[in-house]
Amino acid sequence: MLKIRDLRVSINTKEILKGINLDVKAGEVHAIMGPNGSGKSTLASVLAGREIFEVTSGKVTYKGENLLNKTPEQRAKEGIFLGFQYPVEIPGVNMLTFMRTAVNEKRKFKGLEPLDAKTFLALIEEKKAFVEIDSRLTNRSVNEGFSGGEKKRNEIFQMALLEPDLAVLDETDSGLDIDALRVVANGVTKLKTKENATIVITHYQRLLDYIVPDFVHVLYNGKIVKSGGKELAFELEIKGYDWIKKELGE
Amino acid sequence: MTEDQNNILSEITSNDYKYGFVTDIETEYAPVGLNEDTVRYISLQKNEPEFMLEFRLKAFRHWLTLKEPTWAHIKYPKIDYQSICFYAAPKQNKQLNSIDEIDPELKKTFDKLGISLEEQMRLSGVAVDAVIDSVSIKTTFKDTLSKLGIIFCSISEAIREHPDLIKKYLGKVVPPRDNYFACLNSAVFSDGSFCYIPKGVRCPMELSTYFRINAENTGQFERTLLIADEGSYVSYLEGCTAPRRDTNQLHAAVVEIIAHKNAEVKYSTVQNWYPGDKNGKGGIYNFVTKRGMCEGDHSKISWTQVETGSAITWKYPGCILKGDHSIGEFYSVAVTNNYQQADTGSKMIHLGKNTKSTIISKGISAGHGQNSYRGLVKITKKAKGSRNYTQCDSLLMGDKCGAHTFPYIEVQNKSSIIEHEATTSKIAEDQLFYCNQRGISTETAINLIVNGYAKEVLNKLPMEFAVEAQKLLSVSLEGSVG
Repeated sequence: MLKIRDLRVSINTKEILKGINLDVKAGEVHAIMGPNGSGKSTLASVLAGREIFEVTSGKVTYKGENLLNKTPEQRAKEGIFLGFQYPVEIPGVNMLTFMRTAVNEKRKFKGLEPLDAKTFLALIEEKKAFVEIDSRLTNRSVNEGFSGGEKKRNEIFQMALLEPDLAVLDETDSGLDIDALRVVANGVTKLKTKENATIVITHYQRLLDYIVPDFVHVLYNGKIVKSGGKELAFELEIKGYDWIKKELGE
Repeated sequence: MTEDQNNILSEITSNDYKYGFVTDIETEYAPVGLNEDTVRYISLQKNEPEFMLEFRLKAFRHWLTLKEPTWAHIKYPKIDYQSICFYAAPKQNKQLNSIDEIDPELKKTFDKLGISLEEQMRLSGVAVDAVIDSVSIKTTFKDTLSKLGIIFCSISEAIREHPDLIKKYLGKVVPPRDNYFACLNSAVFSDGSFCYIPKGVRCPMELSTYFRINAENTGQFERTLLIADEGSYVSYLEGCTAPRRDTNQLHAAVVEIIAHKNAEVKYSTVQNWYPGDKNGKGGIYNFVTKRGMCEGDHSKISWTQVETGSAITWKYPGCILKGDHSIGEFYSVAVTNNYQQADTGSKMIHLGKNTKSTIISKGISAGHGQNSYRGLVKITKKAKGSRNYTQCDSLLMGDKCGAHTFPYIEVQNKSSIIEHEATTSKIAEDQLFYCNQRGISTETAINLIVNGYAKEVLNKLPMEFAVEAQKLLSVSLEGSVG
């Protein structure tokens, strides 16, 4: 589904990604781990189409087409979802209005009729259960006044509504307590199908207890320096990122 | 034909004239410029009684002694009063023969605003053969109102038919000497609404200028007077979302409202006069004086406005809270895009005890627009136990626009409470990106955000107006993305 070849990305002339190569197929869960500053969020942002990052070279193909020349909205409609690390607040814009607009935009793109209010509300009820989010939050403005954990749950709630083909979750576990972590992770796992794929970006192994990855990649200094199965995450947990640095001869 | 049918026929014929049918009624133009003869000419055209001419002349003579004010935060080329035509026949707009002749840009806007085809034709001056519709709307409407004793007609008609009410109230809330433009208006006003709601009557429908017999082709110097007698209620709607052009650049209207004991008046305005082109050329100057007098105890006057048009908007709808426990409210959304300028806000003067006022002003600036809030909250010594809450918010879109705030607060007693909050915000790139990432285009995202921002004010509008106003906000901010 996703093919990244030699991707180099800079921001303000500073190079952050220094030649990323990655293959993600339908039905797979890939975990990307790495220390702070390694470029994990940059990779997520570039896949979503954030313009402040400049792609200096390389290719990214999504569903067989060049992804890099598509607008963020276009990418979203084609099934890419980014679970933000720091979800922004949009005061005044009601959560349900926002989601209904998003859901109907995607339906329009697929040639489907927009959902009427009744059907949409039924859908909301159904999906709320995925992340145990309650109406207190869905009746508010987007992320306004939400706690960190509530914001992360709201991201997965949106994911449940939009049913993406490729979900890129950027540190979905940061700021979550144990219970919230479990709820969020279970939500993500429940949404997994043979047709979709997930890239989970995280610092810590514990999320991967719940969202079991097929592949684990270590991103260090803008490059994927090591890849393996889920055992790699355990190894990292025990040995720390210093181990990687040593392996690279630093 | 019966007398009734004759009346209806003559009404319709005069109406048809206003929509641009060819007739042999002589054209009514005052010569360009302003002098005492112009004032007399206007009064004559309107068949006014002597007292009205006196009112006008007194105002005109005073106007000659005044200097145009320059303190507002707006720039405009000096107005040459001697080159303006102060009175022109209503049938100014070109007569079009079919809807296909409407300027396509204008038609696109009409469609976007969801304006019905018939309304589009009427507004564009297409010769409408809607005799039956006009009659049925007008007659049913007029019947209902007259059964309740409600007077709703043009100000000119009121001057002729209800001189006592006019003598009693005209110029009492906004005296001709109040300010330069009110003074000018008092001398040369040509049209406007008059409304009187009798004691204890609740007007059953929203009154709007659409229903007046005189169409809205003028609007240059409108004068409106609204009187709500004890215990009455009325909701009045001024303007429309459709973009309106006028060869006359200067619009200086005056609106006076009087609310007696236990009465309530809601006055809503949606203004979308031609704002000038993308380079700031042309556009209407909208210099308006609007004031409500809460004359009686427990009376209430609310102003709600959505201002998206005009090159320059200069107005401070306000309330004089004379009656004890009276309430004044002001809700406003003002948009300035391209090179529009707005210096607008409210004046709340607390005279009575335990009076309350609320000011919620939301400015949206885009392009090179300059939006200023100017407010006065004055609580006099005797207005013990009074409260004011003011919230003025500015939303900036882009980096070439401006938002400015000039609040004036004067409190003269120790038992009153004033709250003033102000926020300035931008539509941030990361908010737009969040929306983009959910498949929402930037334009739609901006609409969502702007409407969320203006929601508090839009909710105060009568429902159908609120829906139109939402669309209007979207349309007026088009092209501000960048």
